[in-house]
Amino acid sequence: MTTGSSSNTGPTHKLVEAGVTLLIALFGVIVIVGSMKAGINWGAEGPRAGFFPFYIGIFIVASSAINLWNGLREDNDDLFAEWGQLRQVLSVVVPTAIYVGVMPFIGLYLASMVFIAWFMRWLGKYPWLTVLAISLGMPIVTYFIFERWFMVPLPKGPIEEWLGL
Amino acid sequence: MEELVNLFHGFAVALQPFNIMVMVLGIVLGVLIGVLPGLGGANGVAILLPLTFSMPPTSAIIMLSCIYWGALFGGAITSILFNIPGEPWSVATTFDGYPMAQQGKAGEALTAAFTSSFVGALFAVIMITLVAPLVASFALQFGPAEKFAVYFLAFCSFVGLSKEPPFKTIAAMMIGFALAAVGLDSITGQLRLTFGVTHLLNGFDFLIAVIGLFGIGEILLTMEEGLAFRGGSAKINLRVVLQTWKELPKYWVTSIRSCVIGCWMGITPAGATPASFMSYGIAKRVSKNGSNFGKGEVEGVVAPETAAHAAGTAALLPMLSLGVPGSPTAAVLLGGLLIWGLQPGPMLFVEQKEFVWGLIASMYLGNLVGLIVVLTCVPVFAAILRVPFSIIAPLILVLCAIGAYSVHSSTFDVVLMLVFGVIGYLLKKCNYPLAPLVLAIVLGDKAEEAFRQSLLGSQGSLGIFFSNTLVSSIMILGLIALFWSVIQQGYTRLRAATA
Repeated sequence: MTTGSSSNTGPTHKLVEAGVTLLIALFGVIVIVGSMKAGINWGAEGPRAGFFPFYIGIFIVASSAINLWNGLREDNDDLFAEWGQLRQVLSVVVPTAIYVGVMPFIGLYLASMVFIAWFMRWLGKYPWLTVLAISLGMPIVTYFIFERWFMVPLPKGPIEEWLGL
Repeated sequence: MEELVNLFHGFAVALQPFNIMVMVLGIVLGVLIGVLPGLGGANGVAILLPLTFSMPPTSAIIMLSCIYWGALFGGAITSILFNIPGEPWSVATTFDGYPMAQQGKAGEALTAAFTSSFVGALFAVIMITLVAPLVASFALQFGPAEKFAVYFLAFCSFVGLSKEPPFKTIAAMMIGFALAAVGLDSITGQLRLTFGVTHLLNGFDFLIAVIGLFGIGEILLTMEEGLAFRGGSAKINLRVVLQTWKELPKYWVTSIRSCVIGCWMGITPAGATPASFMSYGIAKRVSKNGSNFGKGEVEGVVAPETAAHAAGTAALLPMLSLGVPGSPTAAVLLGGLLIWGLQPGPMLFVEQKEFVWGLIASMYLGNLVGLIVVLTCVPVFAAILRVPFSIIAPLILVLCAIGAYSVHSSTFDVVLMLVFGVIGYLLKKCNYPLAPLVLAIVLGDKAEEAFRQSLLGSQGSLGIFFSNTLVSSIMILGLIALFWSVIQQGYTRLRAATA
């Protein structure tokens, strides 16, 4: 699918998998620490709040150790993904992060319009007319379905307030 | 024949005009969800769940379960026409469905797939009608130890039956349990694992996790593959349908076997995906046309589709009668029950007769409506697939955000959704199964409660889980499921040694 110089390089599957496994193990350690704070022994009312999650944490760490061992032992030089593919993935993650980040301030509708328009124009290279039609149309349809018919309020910003919606 | 009377009352409920309307709406939305990449049964239902908050619970569950049936039907369309499984459970359908389409037999393949789906679902619904009330009345006697044993069995089946490495399944599951534990401890009322973050006081909502893990994660995977849909056109006319229907009874053995496999895999929460693979594999081994499998054999479409749909439907049996969902989508439906103020589990059959039997009746009708809708509207749905991904992707992302926001009207949840999405992408790429993670978030609190209450009764001795015949047999079944692959390996080695 990808062309050009970035076609055959990228992080190896082994490396990424080891990283993910270590992150999971770290999560397990956090769970164990949090459980110990909450108390893992028996109190007057029976097992205390940290009792159950403590063992869950132990399970996470233990199974991650086995997964790490299995993963490193495996003879596998496959790529996790090519750099070009990862760039594709990031080209979705980054704008989505911005979209999610500004939503509390400008509301869902405006953010969605800009987001859809950006996506279509930048990644899809559509003519402006198509871009405008869909990026304006979708939030308006959403407004009627969610707010009017099913009465589910969605986050609004200053513009909606100014329009009196 | 009290069940029969109840079922007829159920039909009366399901046939109310409003309920028929939501049924058709649900099926159409469901097929759309099944066809579009990034929108699957579980997260599709999760996104649309907030729309049902203002509906009566029976109509709400009818709509959501019909979305599920629709998604099960829809997955086959993309598999056969485009060689792209819209849902994981339709991967096995591509093996023979796509070659058939390439040979110009797309109509036959689609008809066979839809009809088999219907047969599988019908078989499973009949089983639910007959078995669910029995299981529920049996489960009414369960104490905390028995309840925990049922959860234990459910989670062990995941480890033993899933095709992912067992320790990855365990890790994924335990992450789910840990996420479920965050927030207020339901027994002592104490806070735990929040590390002072106020947003975490109420813990992680599994709906957000579902939308992120399955929805956003799937979009990221699709982006990475740089997906472009290319495929044959779909035309189904009455002649092809009738011709295929005439041919299908030939495969009745395969159908029945696939139904049984599907029901079994659906009840034990292995789910539709392994069921479809297993059924395909066995059919290939047993059939006299086995060597033609993979080249466009109708039987190779019948087997996985029947099993997948039977499993997807059967997954509702433990959800309704025990409160233990058999699949992520069933888990989302269970979450819906809680939101509408219903307590899932055996008491439903006593206290909410109208709801339960309305739902069961709607399964019969919904699948029939589904069959008609997909047979008549395939070209429309196939056309939607030709809409380029760079238009569909942002729309789906926005829909996911709306769904995540409207669960608790919280923008923090939308951020969480994205985090879950990236995690889902990484986990999926590293071969961690996501279904046990989601089910553990849903059932974590209940499993923990049952576990702690059992231990309270026994003063901390684990012997309580083997204290009577009932609880020990469920626990032993669980252990067998847990070590199933080891047992299987041992058996084959033993046979090889004696032969």
